[in-house]
Amino acid sequence: MAANATSYQVSPSEKRLALVFILTGFAHLLIGILMGLLQGLEHMGINLIPSMPVIQTYYQALSIHGVFNVLLFTSFFIVGFLGYMASYGFERPLASVRLGWVTYWVMLVGALLTDWALLANRATVLYTSYAPLKAHPAYYIGLALVVVGTLLLLLNLVRTYLAWRRERPGERIPLLSFGALVTFIMWGMASVGIVVEFVFFLIPWSLGWVAEVDPLLTRTFFWESGHPIVYFWLLPAYLSWYFLLPRQAGGRLFSEPLARLAFLLFIPLSLPVGFHHQFLDPGVSQGYKAIHTVLTFAIFIPSMMTAFTVLASLELGGRARGGQGLLGWVTKLPWKDPVFTGQALGMLLFALGGVSGLINASYTLNLEVHNTLFIPGHFHLTVGAAVVMTFMATSFWLIPHLTGRALWNRPLALVQVILWAVGMTFMSRGMSWAGMLGAPRRTMLGAATYREAAWNEPLELVGVGGVILTIAGILFFLNLVLTLLNRRPAGEVEVPLAEPLPEAGPLPQYLDRFMPWVVSGALLVLIGYGPTIFRLLTTMQTVAAPALNPF
Amino acid sequence: MHVHPYERAWIIVSVALLMVFGVAIVVSSLSMGIQIPGLSARLAPVSPDGFASDEPWVRQLGPGRYEANVFAQMWAFQPSEIRVPAGSTVTFYLHSRDLLHGFKILDTNVSLMAIPGQVGKVTATFNQPGEYLIVCNEYCGVGHQAMFGRLIVEEPSATL
Repeated sequence: MAANATSYQVSPSEKRLALVFILTGFAHLLIGILMGLLQGLEHMGINLIPSMPVIQTYYQALSIHGVFNVLLFTSFFIVGFLGYMASYGFERPLASVRLGWVTYWVMLVGALLTDWALLANRATVLYTSYAPLKAHPAYYIGLALVVVGTLLLLLNLVRTYLAWRRERPGERIPLLSFGALVTFIMWGMASVGIVVEFVFFLIPWSLGWVAEVDPLLTRTFFWESGHPIVYFWLLPAYLSWYFLLPRQAGGRLFSEPLARLAFLLFIPLSLPVGFHHQFLDPGVSQGYKAIHTVLTFAIFIPSMMTAFTVLASLELGGRARGGQGLLGWVTKLPWKDPVFTGQALGMLLFALGGVSGLINASYTLNLEVHNTLFIPGHFHLTVGAAVVMTFMATSFWLIPHLTGRALWNRPLALVQVILWAVGMTFMSRGMSWAGMLGAPRRTMLGAATYREAAWNEPLELVGVGGVILTIAGILFFLNLVLTLLNRRPAGEVEVPLAEPLPEAGPLPQYLDRFMPWVVSGALLVLIGYGPTIFRLLTTMQTVAAPALNPF
Repeated sequence: MHVHPYERAWIIVSVALLMVFGVAIVVSSLSMGIQIPGLSARLAPVSPDGFASDEPWVRQLGPGRYEANVFAQMWAFQPSEIRVPAGSTVTFYLHSRDLLHGFKILDTNVSLMAIPGQVGKVTATFNQPGEYLIVCNEYCGVGHQAMFGRLIVEEPSATL
């Protein structure tokens, strides 16, 4: 087993590459957070949008919030972070660092096109981009370029992996590289839906080359990628929780084989689950909806395995630090360290998010919560808390590691992640509550003529949570900018790679290979989607965009 | 592969729990008659008694049995108000004239998407008299927050 603290240093060019990706991502997060404040305040009756520059409508702000936060911030951060983790894990440069830079420029051009369309109110279609809402072509082309960028990193990672295999035959894939590869292989397979949707339908349609598209077909392609994309956001956080956090907590990775198995299970099980977003769609059979319910439940299992292994790893840390008794180890964990606490609180909120996800995936319960505020209440716990807090906490060590500049203010970072968790708790609680009372999502509720009095109290919680989150967000960016300007050197900041516990037996071959998982994933997609996609393609019901521009 | 006994137990419990949830879904959907839409049901262009499928209407099929042909469009439902006596079983056919819309009758089990090119169909029985809010719960442009309707379930005496 490789020792935990290797002396390997990634090249300065790759460090700069990771840094620009991560900073471009965070720049989008900043704007996304500010848009979120406008929405939260609107829900509690304070509409600031008419007095804002650039922002013309509530729905424009909402479109920017969604696209900037979950499509652009996540993609840039993940490509930067996992590209770096893979390179560090393999102890060799990416197969082509030049391709890495090409990837950056392709994604940047794409992001700027999309940014422009959104800021000009030419793409107020929300991140789901449901046809026949029609945006400016720059919006679709820009997002397509961002996806192309993620696939270029996949190509680069696969080439790096093959080169590494030639150089070090017989070795086990290092954990960090393994996690990065699984994430991008899963996403590469999952992205087929959105690539087909954009390249064959939405882009030609927005350019005027074809007059009509099928709303159900394009929506089905969207969700074929649109649910697995949440695992594309989540797996980098899992990578940190499994392979870095145990060391940050003073422990060891409890079970390496099960960690690898949980990751690999995400390749097949992430893919055929999208119909749980379409339970209430006419034109998709109830049988396939039921199959996707079962498969969505199945994807819960690797997450339950993660909960066990990560908590066991943390317990090893708490006990190594002198914790006694059944729960005494919890108090010994490094709660004063924002890198640890940010992730630990994110995991705690993620548990609630996972449980609410089971409600959404349940064929019948979904009827009650579909398209209500309960849904954003769910995904702000999973993405907004777990993923974002893990990425913030990661930046507290990764930015000093990449730049050599010390984190500007560590106590501030601690206060900031706690504030974020508190804000997200308030906001998600309010959203879930209002959703169960029937309040619709994606709606300017402060102006809704039918707004019910019972929704006021939960919507005030949403507003209060939004304000706390914005304060936490601004503190994060203050700390980030002052860290980048900090003259105080960071010293040697290591990549905190956790050491696994010694194993009882040899690692089975199938946990060190990708092909069986890729093939089973492809088969599951064929079974779960094949017949429905075939039927929709052969019986297309196309329509044009409405004559009146809806936004 | 070696798996710690506690972890093995944890995984078994997780799988068992999900199976219990799965059974609960099947039992509840069958015993409570909960419906979600399936493959699109096309309507005949004109019914034998003269109702055109491309127009909004509510019609009585028999004692306590109704059909409603509902259109969603920016930013209204047609008909915007549906009246039936308490105890009625209503089959809704839902169409969209432009974009995606949602059709959720609050405090009931009726919720479905309106998708251009598809016809949604669900059936539900309304026993409790009262006024039910129908909201569009899918974003459909700047007027989305003004898109709603009402289902009025009347006391049986009022309709006699």
